[in-house]
Amino acid sequence: MTISIRAFGVVKEIFGAISVNVDLPENATAKILKGHLQEIYPALSKLTSFALAVNSEYANDETVISSKDEVAIIPPVSGG
Amino acid sequence: MVVKRHCVNYDIKISSDNLNVASCIEWVSAPGCGGIDVFVGTVRSETKGKKVVRLEFEAYEAMAVKEMEKIAQIAIAKFSVHKVLIHHRTGVLDVGDIPVIIAVSAAHRGAAFDACRYAIDTLKETVPIWKREVFEDGAVWVAAHP
Repeated sequence: MTISIRAFGVVKEIFGAISVNVDLPENATAKILKGHLQEIYPALSKLTSFALAVNSEYANDETVISSKDEVAIIPPVSGG
Repeated sequence: MVVKRHCVNYDIKISSDNLNVASCIEWVSAPGCGGIDVFVGTVRSETKGKKVVRLEFEAYEAMAVKEMEKIAQIAIAKFSVHKVLIHHRTGVLDVGDIPVIIAVSAAHRGAAFDACRYAIDTLKETVPIWKREVFEDGAVWVAAHP
């Protein structure tokens, strides 16, 4: 399945785009997607940390991703 | 661009327009409250000795309002405060501009102070909003790298 991943902040610069498409096996977890992204974009591993959001909620490693989900990378937040 | 969530005892807003402290205080005020605590964030002129030209704030609005709503709900439940307001700016801000306002009303000051601190501290940890600091010789996304 192909998943579109939204980027914000520093991740937009790493992707060079506001979103990218990634091919994943069906029922892949957030952990698998994070590892996959780190392989494609090694600069992600240089960040302080990064999380994934699925349908605008923080995902944990076991969160299963489906093709209908809205997925985003959340680099370290710095609001306020 | 404005994204809002509110109910009778909390008011959440992310806006590309200026924030207004007086209207925030007015919204949280209530007859049963003995105090209002307000935190106003302002854009500082320097970071670690470097002159800041401006800040640029970006939000994942749909998620940020949900996270801000959770903060307001938990603050109300945990500290027994009356009303909680959290407003945050997006876009380009100059030195002295206001990126964030938190206002809390409560029967007594202790709860208002505690809830206000909880709200701003948690916002800085969980709400997907990002700040780009622009200096005279470059720019950085704050906290992105160790």
